[in-house]
Amino acid sequence: MTTLSRFEIHQPASVLEASQMLAQYGDDAGIYAGGTELLLAMKHAALNYRHLIDLKVILGLNSINVRNGSLEIGATSAHRSIERSAIVRQNQPALAEMESQVANVRVRVTGTLGGNLCFAEPHSDPATLLLVLGGTVRAESATGAREIPVAELIAGAYANNFLPGEVLTKITVPCAKPSHRAGYMKFQVHERPTLGLGLWMETPDDGRTFTSARVAVGCVCPFPTRGVEAEKVLTGSRGEVEKRLPEAADLIADAADLVDDHEGSVEYKRHLIHIFLRRVFRKALREPVS
Amino acid sequence: MNIGFELNGKPTILEIEQRETLAEVLRGRCRLTGVKVSCEAQVCGSCTVLVDDLPVSACTFLAYEVRGKRVTTIEGLADESGRLHPLQQAFLDNFAFQCGFCTPGMILAAKSLLDENSNVTDAEIVAHMNGNLCRCTGYLPILKAIRQAATELRGQK
Repeated sequence: MTTLSRFEIHQPASVLEASQMLAQYGDDAGIYAGGTELLLAMKHAALNYRHLIDLKVILGLNSINVRNGSLEIGATSAHRSIERSAIVRQNQPALAEMESQVANVRVRVTGTLGGNLCFAEPHSDPATLLLVLGGTVRAESATGAREIPVAELIAGAYANNFLPGEVLTKITVPCAKPSHRAGYMKFQVHERPTLGLGLWMETPDDGRTFTSARVAVGCVCPFPTRGVEAEKVLTGSRGEVEKRLPEAADLIADAADLVDDHEGSVEYKRHLIHIFLRRVFRKALREPVS
Repeated sequence: MNIGFELNGKPTILEIEQRETLAEVLRGRCRLTGVKVSCEAQVCGSCTVLVDDLPVSACTFLAYEVRGKRVTTIEGLADESGRLHPLQQAFLDNFAFQCGFCTPGMILAAKSLLDENSNVTDAEIVAHMNGNLCRCTGYLPILKAIRQAATELRGQK
């Protein structure tokens, strides 16, 4: 068995204290919010923290509420509690559904949404969907708090734009409205997904026309990426949009920095985007996917 | 540090190192070698144990996390008289293993599903079990065994 190097676990009483600990221990400290990614990286000595700050012991940081038309998900909410939350299922079913597909049940029991976003593992599901749902995160530190759109949080593979001492405390996701359609699908044959694709559309007339769209792809590239040009061709009548799905798929592939790796070639990944854009379009419209 | 928890129904206090995984503590300190360690990356499911009835990968889960909680391993499933849990019996009846290495994890993962809802569909069983890998059986005997145990557990209620 691979043994972890020695570390000390700290139990902050508050987010403020956690932030102070981060500042105190600097590069020697990491936030411990579930450990599904962190402990794995530490086992392989990719990370060598001597201090782990256990965010899970902070009371209330795993709560899930609706406020001002948005879901507010505490950073230490486990994937499984989000997947099964009646509040999430009711107010943003696409998010609950995506969470039900994260990794496996054991990872969902221990892994948290906040931890997932902070770790920014490229082959991960949530950030791709949060990009199209318009998710934001709250970062708190001793000097204040700020809201960061998920798009601005992402800085690269395993990288994000937190300032020193900032702690992710909350994920905010606008609630779905009757005119919204959203879906997430992934393709997976290995331990982690090869592709993840999220789509959000606004339709005032139950799927006959689409007035705006957001689409993002993940796993095929170093970090989840919006297809901003593709979104422009995903509006119009359903017939027009369906006809332009191949064009949109190419624009998504152009926007993403597709990676040639053991999951497949760049050409293969472009092909997958074509297939899965068509499927996720159907899925978002709650139609059979084939 | 000292941690207090319930291990297979018995109150237990252990001195552990904070860096120790639950698999290391259960296998090394408690001699519960039914906890199998294989991939060490939370992918294969062979180290599955239940913490407060929920499945976790003991290989990548700190023992520190079980303080004040209930831990169930395969050694804790049979009753005091040695009578097997319906899932264990169903795995035997359906020959749902060959080498047996994945079996403790399979049975505990299935237990977490059936404890919550024994009225499960095949699709629900497959979705729940898709993180537990078996190289021997081709999975169908495992599905049959879980189905059989589900039927029996429904009858007990």
